[in-house]
Amino acid sequence: MLKAIGASLGIAIGRALVIREENVEINEKKVLDSQHELTRFDNALKEAIAQLEKINKDVKEKLGSEKAEIFEAHLFMLMDPEFIGSVQKRIGNDKYNAEYSLQTVAEETASIFELMENEYMTERAADIRDVCKRVLNILMGIKVASIAEIQEECILIAKDLTPSDTAQIDKTKILALITEIGGKTSHTSIIARSLELPAVVGVGMGIHEIKDGDFIVVDGEEGIVIINPDEATLKAYETRRKEFFESKNQLLKYASMNSTTLDGKTVELAANIGSAEEVENVLKNGAEAIGLFRTEFLYMSKNALPTEDEQFEEYKSVLEKMSGKPVIIRTLDIGGDKELDYLPMDKEMNPFLGYRAIRLCLDRTDIFITQLRALVRSSAHGKLKIMFPMISNLQELRMAKKILKQCKDELKSEGVLFDEDIEVGIMIEIPSAALISDILAKEVDFFSIGTNDLIQYTTAVDRMNEKISYLYDFYHPGVLRLIKTVIDNGHKAGIMVGMCGEMAGDTKLIPLLLGFGLDEFSMSASSILNARKTVTNSSYEECTKLTAPILGFGDSDEIKKFIEANSKK
Amino acid sequence: MIEKKAIVKSETGIHARPALAVVKVAAKFKSEVLIVKDGNEYNAKSIVAIMCMAAVKNDEIIVRTNGEDEEAAAEAMVEIIEEGLI
Repeated sequence: MLKAIGASLGIAIGRALVIREENVEINEKKVLDSQHELTRFDNALKEAIAQLEKINKDVKEKLGSEKAEIFEAHLFMLMDPEFIGSVQKRIGNDKYNAEYSLQTVAEETASIFELMENEYMTERAADIRDVCKRVLNILMGIKVASIAEIQEECILIAKDLTPSDTAQIDKTKILALITEIGGKTSHTSIIARSLELPAVVGVGMGIHEIKDGDFIVVDGEEGIVIINPDEATLKAYETRRKEFFESKNQLLKYASMNSTTLDGKTVELAANIGSAEEVENVLKNGAEAIGLFRTEFLYMSKNALPTEDEQFEEYKSVLEKMSGKPVIIRTLDIGGDKELDYLPMDKEMNPFLGYRAIRLCLDRTDIFITQLRALVRSSAHGKLKIMFPMISNLQELRMAKKILKQCKDELKSEGVLFDEDIEVGIMIEIPSAALISDILAKEVDFFSIGTNDLIQYTTAVDRMNEKISYLYDFYHPGVLRLIKTVIDNGHKAGIMVGMCGEMAGDTKLIPLLLGFGLDEFSMSASSILNARKTVTNSSYEECTKLTAPILGFGDSDEIKKFIEANSKK
Repeated sequence: MIEKKAIVKSETGIHARPALAVVKVAAKFKSEVLIVKDGNEYNAKSIVAIMCMAAVKNDEIIVRTNGEDEEAAAEAMVEIIEEGLI
């Protein structure tokens, strides 16, 4: 059994197909008949172009024109008069063999891109090499196992999959993906989730234990691969696979439904995301909004602070993909458990009570202003709402809003168009903010209750500390009362109150939160269908009846029992 | 031969995706289509050349076309560079 990263949910059982990458060596040779060599090169080019045209067309149909763009760029490279012209010159004038000529010109070009300081451009070096490899394989007669040509059902085993590989995946043939390298956000994982194929990635050297033709079980949730399982194991997984498909099919009908209770109260079910790439999955699961876009990952995935333009592109991309549906983007929440390599911070005794999130941003206004400018600019492309994290008092909120206003004024004087009425909200995750939420509510357009930190700060429990993690409790009456207070205070001021912690996606707690009056529930995209099933099968009026008894309990076990008893009704 | 000035308005300059858009437009015309930046000529029908040009926002460039449809080509190029790129 191999244990690695479960990158895409689902169970698959089938034969392994191992894809190996061959290392080819290119020799420098002089040719006598350069005319013949040129013809050989042109024929290889034509075949490569035909391959790419087919991939381009297939990808456009299967995954949309945006994903196909890369192949279009590859095509233009093969038809590029300068690039191809240089190769032809090297064959015709210098009388080198086609393989060597292509390889050297491609390497020269790739190294020009690599030297550019723009990240977009350095990535293009990989494209040049990818295109070059395709032609080289044809020239050298190397048959690359084409994923598109796979006829029998199988589970793909590879070191990693390139965009041209994954673009050719036929879902009726390929049951699951297993790769040696990669993590949850690598290309293979993202594609696996968008195709809804189970995937286990980052298996490491253990992947060599899987031989071509082995019978294997893949559990994309637990990240488990079992090679040649015994009968009992196989049976157990067959049952699990069946259950998985059944519940998925059952849930699918909720994707296009409104989030309306049996008695007609509509709430908003939103998704939490960390990057623009996740939006596709968000829409597939029928989310009505993005309730939390964590911008930290944008900062963590780079080796320097992201520029205004880089951030703008990312925010714009999310807003455009959501086509007018609300998107709440949270300003940088770094510090605590999330650090940036390139932004050294002093070691703190209590990082969760320290220099982080809005506290850092109000101190390092240069970082804050760059982000706010990018946000304001992106607002022209969709329904943006801005949210400040870790607000503990009124002064911080006013200061953050003041800086935001400065950014807007600046952009206006620069002639930039943006949404003048961007809604501004705050996370309620610190008890002091919850307790003055009646006052804060008058100065914002929405609240979003961050339960993960709110519970931690309210109960004084470090949830990473295993000795006391049992005290970290969603059902603590103190936490529930605080949540109810925040919702009521928000509503008194006429603003929306949402929630973006794990609690919001917990189907046991949703009826209770509905009864409390919560307007928006933001959770991971994969929880949305289950949540909608709960909402649409609940009666708001019945849910409100839970509130008074629950707020009267002193013991969280009583609350749990009460909720369970009511859900069975 | 026709020459027209254009200013790159795209926030991110002419990186990969905009380069593809520029080349696609240039490829539609029979004329020779060149972009001149800082005195250097780049073949607008070559995606590699256009990417190597690495134009950034607010760069001023010259579109130079030569051939039977040079007028239309120059116009289309200025339009894509000034307004068509994201």
